[in-house]
Amino acid sequence: MIHVDNLTKFYDHFCAVDGISLDIRKGEILGLLGPNGAGKTTTLKMLTGYFRPSSGTITVKDLNIVEHPLEIKQMIGYLPESSPFYRDLLVYDYLNYIAKIRGIAPEERHERIKYLSELCGLNHVMHKSIAELSKGLNQRVGLAHAMMRDPEILILDEPTQGLDPNQIVEIRNIIRKIGEEKTVIFSTHILSEAEATCDRIVIINQGKIVADGGTETLKQSADSQAIIQITLANATFETIEQGLKSIDGVEAIEKLDDPAEGNLSVKLTCRSETDRREAIYQKIKATDWILLEFHQERQTLERIFRDLTRQLNKEN
Amino acid sequence: MRQLTHILEKEVKDFFVTPIAYIVIAIFLIVTGWFFFSTFFLYNQASLRNFFNLLPLIFAFVIPAITMRLFAEELSRGSYELLMTMPVTFGDIIVGKFLAGVVMTAAMLAPTLAYPISVSFLGQLDWGPVIGGYLGALLMGGAFSAIGLFASSITHNQIVAFIVGAAICFTLVLIDKMLFFIPESLLNGIQYLGTGFHFSNISKGVIDSRDLIYFFSIIIVGLYGTYLLLLRKE
Repeated sequence: MIHVDNLTKFYDHFCAVDGISLDIRKGEILGLLGPNGAGKTTTLKMLTGYFRPSSGTITVKDLNIVEHPLEIKQMIGYLPESSPFYRDLLVYDYLNYIAKIRGIAPEERHERIKYLSELCGLNHVMHKSIAELSKGLNQRVGLAHAMMRDPEILILDEPTQGLDPNQIVEIRNIIRKIGEEKTVIFSTHILSEAEATCDRIVIINQGKIVADGGTETLKQSADSQAIIQITLANATFETIEQGLKSIDGVEAIEKLDDPAEGNLSVKLTCRSETDRREAIYQKIKATDWILLEFHQERQTLERIFRDLTRQLNKEN
Repeated sequence: MRQLTHILEKEVKDFFVTPIAYIVIAIFLIVTGWFFFSTFFLYNQASLRNFFNLLPLIFAFVIPAITMRLFAEELSRGSYELLMTMPVTFGDIIVGKFLAGVVMTAAMLAPTLAYPISVSFLGQLDWGPVIGGYLGALLMGGAFSAIGLFASSITHNQIVAFIVGAAICFTLVLIDKMLFFIPESLLNGIQYLGTGFHFSNISKGVIDSRDLIYFFSIIIVGLYGTYLLLLRKE
């Protein structure tokens, strides 16, 4: 559906986006993650045709964005980062104006606006001026704006920014609902959000893609170390260290703060090619320690994100 | 093309829902009314020549005030981004906004039709120069709107847009009043640049293609300059 090839954007001499290549399939919900200033917004702005790429190409349905901007803009609905609207207009007038520019026939306009106002929960503010709206309501107006022409591709720049938790859930549900038939691309820096809504996650840092895949594949690929946490009673740290260090693959043993009187928690860092849990259990079984807790930490998206982005920032 | 009319419609509506329209029109009417009628009875002539003589100078300030927000406001608020991500061409946006400026100029001139009507009761008014004068005023309004639009696309600060626009218009109005500084060889060229020279031709009732070409070329240069500036923002 969307094919991005070696996309680069320079602001004067600063390279904001550096050779990004992506293939986005129809019906995919793609989350664009990255720290501040990573190039998320710039990438989205190029996808919408607002910025001209310094080099590289974007094709949507085999149409090049530089040669056919109007056709592509007709297919895309876009919600910018800081919902910038005409503050003097009433919400209804604003949506009506958008409907006109988007080329919706006069007899369908009213129906369409009514449908969108219900979908985005704008019914009670239709006759207020945009300047009076709260941040969350503004964001909903933006969403209605983006979906005006029932676009095939929806590009949302931090859609849940500034919303309260209930609204965040609502917006997520809307995104997921739209994503059943449409292609949705959105940027966020809230990781749990990406995990909850996206089919696919692309992490970018300093203008480059550092990870690309479904949430599960990302987690597995980043698992180079397994972290196992054990809580024991009736043992001292020295004996545990002696006992467990001998297991092949255990790289480090670290004492954690005492959870309760007489108990001892340790964190084992193991290489993850093979599962060490059985060996560790057998070792513990052979002693007279009392095993209270035993669990292997799963890689969270947050850790992957931090590892990937920090590592690169350190190199530079 | 349909997008163009929607943009035009929205800009004109915007202008009239905010107080700017009424303030600008009121100031324009007070200033022209005062300067025109305070000396009108001394001349004892049923003509609008003095009114039309005032127009270039007053337009040089008033029209940039009307057009200053057309792009500057959108740029500062970021709604320009929304506009550009909708299926509209640069041509639609620029011409739509330019025509909105012309419509506002016309709306501002409309109440002054009371002047020729009341003057015609006082004596024999020659309608030829009056019609020429209003036609010229619209052409000049168009030329200054194009300049104002260009100034508005330079910056996202409306005050800067106003000052730049007014400075360019003011220069064009004054340049042919400064001819005594100019060496003789450049005289014709410089005089041709002056708005007042062309406007006074038309407001005498003489419609010459050279004057029309002058106004239309300013409009085209202004709009093309705006286009080039917007292109750079990509």
